[in-house]
Amino acid sequence: MNEIKLDTDLAIRMRGVTKIFGDDPQSALDLLRTGKTKTEVQAETNHVVGLDNVSLDIARGQIFVVMGLSGSGKSTLIRHVNRLIEPTAGEIIVDGTDVLKMSLEELRAYRRNSVAMVFQKFGLLPHRSVIDNVAYGLEVRGVPRAERLEQAAKWIDTVGLSGYEQSRPRQLSGGQQQRVGLARALALDTDIILMDEAFSALDPLIRSGMQDQLIELQKTLGKTILFITHDFDEALKIADRIAVLKDGAVQQEGKPEDIVLKPANEHIEEFVREVNKARAIHVRTIMERGAFEACEFTVPETARCEDVLPYFAEHQWVGVTNEEGTQIGRVTAKRVIGALARYTPGVGEG
Amino acid sequence: MFPEIIDTRPWRRAIDDSLNWVVRNWGDEFEAAAYPLLMLLNFIEDVLIATPWWLIMAILVSVAWLATRRWQLPVIVLVSLLFLGIMELWEDAMTTMALMIAATLTAIIFSIPLGVWMSRSGKVRQVITPLLDLMQTMPSFVYLIPTVMIFGPGKIPALIATIVYAAPPLVRLTDLGLRSVDPAVMEASRAFGTTPSQRLFGVQIPLSLPTILAGVNQTTMMALAMVVIASMIGAGGLGYQVLQGIGRLEVSRGLFAGLGIVVLAIVFDRITQSFGKQLQAKIGLAETR
Repeated sequence: MNEIKLDTDLAIRMRGVTKIFGDDPQSALDLLRTGKTKTEVQAETNHVVGLDNVSLDIARGQIFVVMGLSGSGKSTLIRHVNRLIEPTAGEIIVDGTDVLKMSLEELRAYRRNSVAMVFQKFGLLPHRSVIDNVAYGLEVRGVPRAERLEQAAKWIDTVGLSGYEQSRPRQLSGGQQQRVGLARALALDTDIILMDEAFSALDPLIRSGMQDQLIELQKTLGKTILFITHDFDEALKIADRIAVLKDGAVQQEGKPEDIVLKPANEHIEEFVREVNKARAIHVRTIMERGAFEACEFTVPETARCEDVLPYFAEHQWVGVTNEEGTQIGRVTAKRVIGALARYTPGVGEG
Repeated sequence: MFPEIIDTRPWRRAIDDSLNWVVRNWGDEFEAAAYPLLMLLNFIEDVLIATPWWLIMAILVSVAWLATRRWQLPVIVLVSLLFLGIMELWEDAMTTMALMIAATLTAIIFSIPLGVWMSRSGKVRQVITPLLDLMQTMPSFVYLIPTVMIFGPGKIPALIATIVYAAPPLVRLTDLGLRSVDPAVMEASRAFGTTPSQRLFGVQIPLSLPTILAGVNQTTMMALAMVVIASMIGAGGLGYQVLQGIGRLEVSRGLFAGLGIVVLAIVFDRITQSFGKQLQAKIGLAETR
């Protein structure tokens, strides 16, 4: 897939990562390697296959979303990156360092300095104030008190929780608590942030606001974010790339549009059917590039399909402009309909 | 009758002989080892008896107020302590209190580390749990007699018997408290690169403090339950009054001294419980999920 990429561009590289839960994972692993499925292995050995030969390349500065239903192994996957879970087999390279070869002391230093994590259940320390929670990672790192409190106050302000510094986590709403969790991770200023279903426990409006905030923060900070979710809409909204996980195996990996337009199998097709494709697909992916006669309506190439739909009431096609405002191509109603229609193999591919 | 399968007399003799051997050869060493315990107990007792009654009342009443911030508990404590004074039980009550405090302090020193150890290893728990069961259910006279043989009658065997009886709930509740800390919080702490001791002192112990305090409460209560038995082997105090009341068939003496024990139990139970509740509210354990 992305073999051409230089290793230096990769923040996280996973190769053949397999995790089997049980007393004797090696024998179950041998069985899995003979080509048995997850269910067969479970029936024969009573071992649960958490991850099955997962390989991922996560480039620097991306929001990489791993999407899957509950039980697909996505939470197991993210915990391998900071080795909260040890894999049964495979290789995990972060910033050129093999995470699995680290000693306990190296691993602690790696967790303190290189990866921060945000949790679905927040994982805040209930006996500490908000500011002490945000400063927790820095405290573990050994940053002096005055300095870490100053940092923490800055991040509390960034996530919009000023005034709550001395509150206890339980006094905050779910959305506010997750902002504390986010600030706690950001305060560490690591290049990589792991987010395990970070917004899943929040109600829809707050979730949407948090997603916008995350995209905004990522733009300004340029972090590599590995984001886990079961919500395809959320994945489409924030992702630079998406990997779909099922039964511990990667089903498809690619840009959001690729997955929406060309779902690799029925399982993904089922997800795609549920999403609002008009919002998921950008005009730039379906436009015809080239010089066309100027149209009275134009949209920027970053617009989404739903933005051009109103114009088709008047016109058969709409111009597409680049950042400078020059027209670089057009998008026709036919193309849009083709993109929005349910993917049917053999139809509309020519 | 159950048929005699093997002759158990040699076993019994072996146990009796080995105890005698220990008493003969190691008695002094044991006594020296337990000397710090005696020092602790005597120190607490001296302080309590030397302190004027009104100061002790003032301290306990204000502690009760600090624990609840309401007037009810301080009044209960005041009335209880006045009862002890009026019934001429003050000095005995101080002696009993000293025994209870010394036993509780010693139990805390041994039990909390043991509970921590149990919470971290299933194997340790497998070994310690039956031992704790044994300590709680074995009739105390069974181990009282050997301790008296080794240390001679007096305060040391009384204190040791009290500790043996009173320590198990604290060990159990420490173990339980540490293990029931929200795993999500523990995992988050781990993800930030904490060392095991940072997790123990920064997360586990603070979050299980209400449970540990419940254990301390249980230990004080069980220590008070032992005072009559302890007084049989040389500890004075309210237990001794009860014993004398029984011996002389003076029902009133036994009754008042008995009530004195109850009163002490109420005072310490309510105060430690209130501190536990206060702590729980501060942490807000139930609401964090």
